[in-house]
Amino acid sequence: MSEPEANTRRGFMGVAAAGLAGVMLAPGIRLIDIAQAETPQGGAKSTVRWGMLIDTTKCQPGCTDCVTACKTENGLTGGTRPTDPQWIRKIEIKEIKTGRTASVPVMCQHCADPPCVDVCPTGASFKRADGIVLVDRHSCIGCRYCVMACPYKARSFVHEDVTDQQPDVPRGKGCVEGCTMCVHRIDAGNKTTACAEACAKAGHDAIVFGDLNDPSSEISRRVREVSSRQLRADLKLDPGVRYQGL
Amino acid sequence: MARGLLLMLLPFAAAMAAAGEVASRTPQPVIERATKGAQCVADPAVMRRSHMDFLKHQRDDTVHGGIRGAKFSLKACIECHASKQTASVAQAETNFCISCHSYAAVKIDCFECHTPRKAARVAEVAQ
Repeated sequence: MSEPEANTRRGFMGVAAAGLAGVMLAPGIRLIDIAQAETPQGGAKSTVRWGMLIDTTKCQPGCTDCVTACKTENGLTGGTRPTDPQWIRKIEIKEIKTGRTASVPVMCQHCADPPCVDVCPTGASFKRADGIVLVDRHSCIGCRYCVMACPYKARSFVHEDVTDQQPDVPRGKGCVEGCTMCVHRIDAGNKTTACAEACAKAGHDAIVFGDLNDPSSEISRRVREVSSRQLRADLKLDPGVRYQGL
Repeated sequence: MARGLLLMLLPFAAAMAAAGEVASRTPQPVIERATKGAQCVADPAVMRRSHMDFLKHQRDDTVHGGIRGAKFSLKACIECHASKQTASVAQAETNFCISCHSYAAVKIDCFECHTPRKAARVAEVAQ
């Protein structure tokens, strides 16, 4: 009596295992195809990895066009107090032994293994399928663990009430925020961020935005041909933002 | 037969509806008409009851999945329902969202982060 039952269960487990191993779910359909399939309305795809290449030899000291463009695009106040949110900032660095100076814009580096996501207690800090690291303000409780965890100081906390936000960029008091790689533009099919656009407009062309996974994209070609590095590569976070000539 | 009965009842129903409007002793919320578009994305009765579920369901798809331009969107609500006077759904007491929500004593925090104003209005303010 128990024999047929056991057979049935074993049979089921076998089928389930075959399905999980996932060679073929049905003729021509594999699990990996489903995972990488485009959602009907578009949306973030795991085949894409958005990134930036910043050429520090072209970045002009004293020019803050990228910072201004970011403020305008995302409705930031642009204040300079320590408590004012800042998504991108210009840093002047100097190598002491040689005296060589460079000016570099630093923003969220959109790590492949983001520490801000690891420490978030509510799951508000997350990485999209296309590699963009974001904060879901609906679930952010403002604990600021991510601010502490980020080695790039890329996250800001909103201390004060916000009014007149941009319709595409909701922001409010009590949440942590950071560079979104202009996610509203990317989702709308725009191929550049506000900072990269402003840099090109100013004639510097120091910021290249694009898909690191697409071998034919400008950014892929550049990172293949010229030497570039990730900030704090020793932390093995695999940032999506790379720096040339640093 | 059924049609005859319906025809007989119709004037009666209309009279009742008119009487209901006139004789209502309880205050009703002022509902401003949408500034553009003749039809909401769903039946108004469904929207009144379930708009919060639609918006809450879709916000996760948008924020986490990057799926934009789906049927229910707060931005699209504001585009149609922003008041002509204030260009906002939540500035004055009679504006679309606040009117009903203060009537029902339901506090919403959507507009602590989302702008209650139409896109054109925000551009004006920024200039």
